[in-house]
Amino acid sequence: MTTASSFKKHFLLLGILTVAALFLNISLGSVGIPLDAIADVLLGGDSIKESWQFIITQYRLPKAITAMLCGSGLAVAGLLMQTLFRNPLAGPFVLGLSSGASLGVALLILGAGIAGGFLGTALVNPWSLVGASALGSFLVLLAVVVVTLRVKDTMAILIIGLMFGSVTSAVVAVLSYFSNAELLQKYIFWSFGSLGNVSWEGIGILAACCMTGMLWAIGKSKSLNALLLGENYAKSMGVHLKKNLLILVVITSLLAGSITAFAGPIAFVGLAVPHLTRQFFKTSNHLILLPAVMLFGSILMLLCDTVAQWPYSEWTLPINAITSLLGAPVVIWLLVRKKRLLF
Amino acid sequence: MAKKTAHSTLQIRDLSAGYEQRKKTHVVVHDLNFECSTHELLAIVGANGIGKSTVLRTIAGMQPSLAGDISLMGAPMAQMNSLEIASNISVVLTEPPASKNLYVSELIALGRQPYTNWMGRLTEEDHHAVQHAMEQTETTQLAQRKCFELSDGQMQRVFLARALAQDTPVIILDEPTTHLDMYHQAYVFKLLKRLTSEIGKTILFATHDINLAIQLCDKMLVLTPDAYHFDTPCRLIEQRCFDTLFPKDTIHFDTKTGRFTMKN
Repeated sequence: MTTASSFKKHFLLLGILTVAALFLNISLGSVGIPLDAIADVLLGGDSIKESWQFIITQYRLPKAITAMLCGSGLAVAGLLMQTLFRNPLAGPFVLGLSSGASLGVALLILGAGIAGGFLGTALVNPWSLVGASALGSFLVLLAVVVVTLRVKDTMAILIIGLMFGSVTSAVVAVLSYFSNAELLQKYIFWSFGSLGNVSWEGIGILAACCMTGMLWAIGKSKSLNALLLGENYAKSMGVHLKKNLLILVVITSLLAGSITAFAGPIAFVGLAVPHLTRQFFKTSNHLILLPAVMLFGSILMLLCDTVAQWPYSEWTLPINAITSLLGAPVVIWLLVRKKRLLF
Repeated sequence: MAKKTAHSTLQIRDLSAGYEQRKKTHVVVHDLNFECSTHELLAIVGANGIGKSTVLRTIAGMQPSLAGDISLMGAPMAQMNSLEIASNISVVLTEPPASKNLYVSELIALGRQPYTNWMGRLTEEDHHAVQHAMEQTETTQLAQRKCFELSDGQMQRVFLARALAQDTPVIILDEPTTHLDMYHQAYVFKLLKRLTSEIGKTILFATHDINLAIQLCDKMLVLTPDAYHFDTPCRLIEQRCFDTLFPKDTIHFDTKTGRFTMKN
């Protein structure tokens, strides 16, 4: 296996790009803020304008941090799933994890409305949202794993993902028929995806979940590398298969679940980022790929968010739409140019 | 050939192998008894579906045995943990690598997993083992290629190099010569022969290439629907064990040449 030191330049470049994307993201918005003012605020100095300071610390910085956490977390979840399911098309969105999380949130938001009254409002808080969404994605992933253990066909798991998508939209349709307009709107806006609605407290929770998941994933990189040869070979090299599969499922649903809970379903980042990263990092070693997809995911998400907030205007576009608009062509381009999509 | 003191590596006692599916047990092979030693090249032959792979997978610890005991280097395998088994038995399977994007050097280095730390960091010794495995299989020049760029023959050599890098006394291979041309078939067989006679490995493999196996192997396990036979190729021929291997309508075994030939 190639060691991390042979990729020093790559990581340095990615690090610089991440910082650049971060500054670009914070500086652009409905109001443009010059870069030196941002540096001033971030380094704890006094800003020239108090309004800028407020915008940065209360709105743009939390949004940028959320973007980085979501981008890196989803990219890691995507990479783990591609290795776990031996399928280059695997990703949190494709395999129905986001659908599962959506279903959990839909049941919570819309269901609480039907339950009504005090109980209804008590149920819908940031923590229960995270719980419902993480539980939803965990159950879907568990179902997918059970299917893959029985059916040795990588196509089957994509079909399962599609089916969960259908079930989600069906249940949401039924629930929305019985819900009031206000709750329905709440759910619809959640499903658009948004990076800007996360409070500092929420970021704390999200960061805790993402960091746990990502560090745990790095700790599992040796087993992940063994899985690249297939389950039988992994077993023959001393990997505890069942234990490791369970751990990887838990990590993936922790990442996908918590991110979907706070930022809504975000498509294509989990699928596209690992493939993009493989174009630049000529290795399959997860010890190198995992940190690389984290940086790549952060950069991509910061750029998508910069586009979504539509500089110098009042509009904020749904982030889910932007990642799809960018991600889908990337996947098609990779397929056409390379004539194959490998993981 | 003057053999150094050979000692037993694998002992199979009353082994039954098969599958358990929905509380039903399918016994594929039962009451197997045989022993393998260092410096021995052993082939398992039999018709398609007779259970060669099942026996190999059971011996390699990749599926549980239904009954009987396997001892590995004198210790019962049932009491070994997966890491201990992994440092004693390496395998070459029929399946391609799950990720075709792997570099050959990375794939071979994965064989060092039982010995590396939690990060999978390769030490000087590990690098040396990988280099050595590549030299033995003549795969050094393939190191920077990706798996999807390799031919079947090259892929097989790479997998063999991975097993060698794992540095185990026992190597188990499932049909290592399938999909290979005649040259590569002979190449793989000769390489296996050299690894047993010169380095002292125990190599157990399933094959359909009975003609080559009879010429090269020290011992063979012949699985037929009614019974199994384990002996040296010469004695198996004397006992006419190959006659019942296949239905008699199209091919027959010629005892004089030790080969299967077409019936006229």
